[in-house]
Amino acid sequence: MNRIDQRFGELKQQGRRALIPFITAGDPAPDYTVGFMHALVEAGADVIELGVPFSDPMADGPVIQQACERALKAGTRLVDLFDMVAEFRRTDSVTPVVLMGYLNPVERIGYRAFAEQAAQAGVDGVLSVDMPPEEADELAPLLKQNNVAAIFLVAPTTSRERAETICASGDGYLYYVSLKGVTGSATLNADDVAEHLAPLRELTDLPLCVGFGIRDGATAANVARVADGVIVGSALVNRIADNTATPEAIPGELKQVLGDMRRAMDAPR
Amino acid sequence: MTVPARSTPQSASDATTLSDLARMPDARGHFGPYGGRFVSETLSFALEDLETTYAELRDDPAFQAEFDRDLAQYVGRPSPLYHAERWSQALGGAQIWLKREDLNHTGAHKVNNTIGQALLARKTGKPRVIAETGAGQHGVATATVAARLGLECDVYMGATDVERQKLNVYRMRLLGARVIPVTSGTQTLKDAMNEALRDWVTNVDNTFYIIGTVAGPHPYPLLVRDFNAVVGREARRQSLEHIGQLPDALVACVGGGSNALGLFYPFVEDAGVAMYGVEAGGDGVDTGRHAAPLSSGAPRGVLHGNRTYLMSDEAGQVADTHSISAGLDYPGVGPEHALWKDAGRVNYVAANDDAVLEAFRELTHMEGIMPALESAHALAHARVLAPTMRPDQHIVVNLSGRGDKDIMTVARLDGIEF
Repeated sequence: MNRIDQRFGELKQQGRRALIPFITAGDPAPDYTVGFMHALVEAGADVIELGVPFSDPMADGPVIQQACERALKAGTRLVDLFDMVAEFRRTDSVTPVVLMGYLNPVERIGYRAFAEQAAQAGVDGVLSVDMPPEEADELAPLLKQNNVAAIFLVAPTTSRERAETICASGDGYLYYVSLKGVTGSATLNADDVAEHLAPLRELTDLPLCVGFGIRDGATAANVARVADGVIVGSALVNRIADNTATPEAIPGELKQVLGDMRRAMDAPR
Repeated sequence: MTVPARSTPQSASDATTLSDLARMPDARGHFGPYGGRFVSETLSFALEDLETTYAELRDDPAFQAEFDRDLAQYVGRPSPLYHAERWSQALGGAQIWLKREDLNHTGAHKVNNTIGQALLARKTGKPRVIAETGAGQHGVATATVAARLGLECDVYMGATDVERQKLNVYRMRLLGARVIPVTSGTQTLKDAMNEALRDWVTNVDNTFYIIGTVAGPHPYPLLVRDFNAVVGREARRQSLEHIGQLPDALVACVGGGSNALGLFYPFVEDAGVAMYGVEAGGDGVDTGRHAAPLSSGAPRGVLHGNRTYLMSDEAGQVADTHSISAGLDYPGVGPEHALWKDAGRVNYVAANDDAVLEAFRELTHMEGIMPALESAHALAHARVLAPTMRPDQHIVVNLSGRGDKDIMTVARLDGIEF
């Protein structure tokens, strides 16, 4: 069983929602990433999304664009992420890790090699922002063969017909993009999210996780009332950006931001 | 219609393959392994909408009639096919004919496409258009049609290009558009396109994205080709009229590749017509400082919504490009060109900056026609090709734009500052 399915199974039994932090791997330098991942787990992460830095992050706002620039300047490559995940796995064999990024680095490595190396490193899921299900007919089966989940996005603009296709193609969880825009651009509206998630529930048993626009404990808690998981990226990456001169302070900063969200989500209502 | 074709420097062979090429893309927007729709989910519905709208209009005689009327009365089509006799004689080989897209309203072929897409924008009822631009020609052409239709218009332009194409920046502003300098990444065309896509994903409900080249997600490569194919249809008809036969060779510059596809597409099944796509060789394809994915042997990749040949490093990061011409300074190329390269239908070559400048000056001196630096890439190759052919053979070069916008760049190289 894939670690993602395992984790969501446990959470369901406990009646809890998943907290899913995103950081860009290699930001501010590759040596720090594994330490950051462990800090996120300590602060209550259920799944970690590890961003693959890319030169042209078209769906990202300035915060994650700059994280990509820092990571690339520090020489981070997709193959380095495999090493990071393998190192993380030496002391954490249960927390699922999802690679999130753009397709070109994967195209360059080759689909088969990518799927095999990701699985070998201990990666549990892959989300390529610019690979909708229609363009995934080569990569998705290779991921499946290697027990790596192909995770897809659903947006407020997705038609019911498309949602059916996406639900049928997806593994792991569905990533619901809460608003029209790039990452880090605005604060979401929880009622609006609830309205969009309802029809998806009819289509799939996959956990529905919500990202984009989650800034603090309050928004995280609001989303946790209607979704199975809460994804937070820019709010964490901002803490990294503000502390690049003192990287040793970053794990504490990440723990504080994520810990607030965890407490707010788990607080009895 | 059968047309006598003479011996050619290089001709494509298999007729079945050629008619296959003419029928691309497939229903999902794929040109063989290239093209497609590699976009974030938020944009999928807008692209499906656009695809449906265009599928209805593509064969609608009323829409085509309106498009043709705009091209005739607003753009000034047909553009002439001009025999550059003096230049041909000096080169001492084939006869060179210039397809004068530089004489279009706004000064380049780009307006053919923006007229078409503006009609689509009006059909969708969206009050705002956005565009990316490199040299500024597409930005000007977009600002122009936006002014005419009363649409709000924002143009994204790399900060480097804003600097080297000041004249076009001011032109766009005079036309009522907002020009937004893009300071991320390499600050050129690809970054402008990233930023335009970010805008579109945010404002997709009220905004129509007018993409300026035969790249991007399906259906853009298809509709930009269709709107520019008027160039090739005219050139084909004019060749038969003026030369009495089809040309032996076609030459056009290739950045994203819209003017080249526009000229080439109506000739794709004419096996006797050789085609040359001229990329930006920059300092030379062996120096790494160029923008020539096809002729430098770049790998396949995915960027801006389509799979194509794409300059990138071993880790899949998109490479920095270099060209004297902002309009060709792009690491990828339209997916249909990628397929035509594989099929051997078009020969893709590169012209270096210095050869381009020489061609720019030579045409200006000998014919009194000042080409855009982009178009001068095509001229630079014609200069090499013509002497290898006989004087009774004919080359049609797409003079895709005029050089007014480049006067400052050339003057600076001459040490003159205004």
